[in-house]
Amino acid sequence: MSARRPAAFFLGGRHLSEAASLALIVPFLVLLVVVFLLPLGTLLHESLLVPKPTLANYERVFGEPVYLRVMWRTARIAVYVTIVTLLLGYPLAYVMSRSSGLKLGLMAAAVLLPLWTSVLVRTYAWMVLLQRNGLVNEALTGIGFIDAPIRLLYTEGAVVLAMSHVLLPFMVLPVFSALKGIPEDYPRAALMLGASNWSTFREVIWPLSLPGVVSGCLMVFLLALGFFITPALIGGPQQMMIATLVSQQVREMLNWPFAGALVGVLLAFVLALTIAFNRFIRLERFVGTRS
Amino acid sequence: MSRPPRQGGVGRLLLHALAYAVIVFLLLPTVLVAPMSVSPEKYLQFPPSGFSLRWYGEYFADREWVEATLFSAEAGIISAIGATIIGTMTALALVRGRIRGRAFVELLIIGPVVVPHIALAVAMFLVYEQLRLTGTLVGFAMAHIVLALPFAIFTILAALYRFDADLEMAALSCGASRVATFRHVTLPMIAPGVASAALFAFIISFDEAVVSFFISDLDRKTLPRKMFEDIDFDVSPVLAAVATMLSLLTIAVLVMGHFFKQMADRRAAPAAAGGKE
Repeated sequence: MSARRPAAFFLGGRHLSEAASLALIVPFLVLLVVVFLLPLGTLLHESLLVPKPTLANYERVFGEPVYLRVMWRTARIAVYVTIVTLLLGYPLAYVMSRSSGLKLGLMAAAVLLPLWTSVLVRTYAWMVLLQRNGLVNEALTGIGFIDAPIRLLYTEGAVVLAMSHVLLPFMVLPVFSALKGIPEDYPRAALMLGASNWSTFREVIWPLSLPGVVSGCLMVFLLALGFFITPALIGGPQQMMIATLVSQQVREMLNWPFAGALVGVLLAFVLALTIAFNRFIRLERFVGTRS
Repeated sequence: MSRPPRQGGVGRLLLHALAYAVIVFLLLPTVLVAPMSVSPEKYLQFPPSGFSLRWYGEYFADREWVEATLFSAEAGIISAIGATIIGTMTALALVRGRIRGRAFVELLIIGPVVVPHIALAVAMFLVYEQLRLTGTLVGFAMAHIVLALPFAIFTILAALYRFDADLEMAALSCGASRVATFRHVTLPMIAPGVASAALFAFIISFDEAVVSFFISDLDRKTLPRKMFEDIDFDVSPVLAAVATMLSLLTIAVLVMGHFFKQMADRRAAPAAAGGKE
């Protein structure tokens, strides 16, 4: 972010005074404290200190097989989704990075459109497709792959499929941006010197695209861990992930301290990853305004 | 642009086929819903057995759908305005200001993106219940501004970086005040970026489902909350109509965003000549 921008932007004279800077940033700070830090703090406070200081809620998260299973499933699905989006996203990003003009424009639109379409719309579309009498079942019976419609909804595969679809743009955009930054001369030089296509990719393109790959995997993995809408609707109670468990604890059990502990575990994990990989998170990629 | 001879053939073809398959995968699910929404039948079918706007009619005739939509629109507009104003101020402070604890501020900016929405949602629900903010416009606007701010700030930051700070210096050295410089020089230059920030903040708020799911109450709910309830209950064709209209809205927003980006590119053109990439 800004700290790594060219120093020219920060030459004296262009600077606002410290007081003016503070005045500009105060509304942001106040809002974030009141609507972001305070609520999260209150929830964690519930999990640790209500009614008296205790770690019992956290012990319960890690102590009961039911909850361990949910967390294990959450981590597993998040890893699967990250792998699927990388496998599907990288080739698309690569072709995009070697295209220009109208072709690139249409491909970029095809990635941005789902990104900005409501998660509910996309989840609903998958529910329609995966129903017992939905298109996927019809197609599979039609080609004779299966004899009778099978249950697709409420399976782990369906959750991974729908979540990969929803999160794919978060993989494509950073990888595209990294690939786009590789000067065309580099792979060309490797090819001229006699490298095969495959070794050019492995020795030149892949290593240079790694920052984008890390960035995409991080975004997808983080978002997948806390995903609520898609797993709740497509996975149902059978495929419960941690977000659905939190929701259930809050809305049905009214067990705030335990919900707080679940959120605490999730937050600790997410924050550690974010701080470790902070420099890979570049939001401007997703609003399509990057030059 | 002569490509080396080895480049080519089957590998290239496979790669392109794969890329196009992924594009179909990305677009197909939502595209298929549109024809289903105009089917006259009571259950969803593809291909549709005929053409009818029956389900669109039912949507507009249903007070609950319309109220939820209007409530979401109100929240969206207020969030867009709020996120744009606060986002512009924050971006300005980051680019032109002196800020203590910059690293903390930067972490706070990406916070609402990396912190899972479920965590924020239940946390807000807990605090909102005590403050009696559930189901209120103020409550939704505050929550959605926080969620939209990261994207708004980054969009406006990008606009500020693209624009030549020398223009501001020129105005300042000719005696313009900081405020006048911002109003007459900076703001017009970054206006397209600010406009796309507003647009994206609106759509983030309008489509936001997780936080809305928790901070709605029985009589005031947003469109996504209403959709969530209905989907869980029954996959009715009215939902297909709503989904189609929402997809069209997204297309409209993206087209407008693209238009703003082109405007931004044109404005940045003189600065680009000055040695930027």
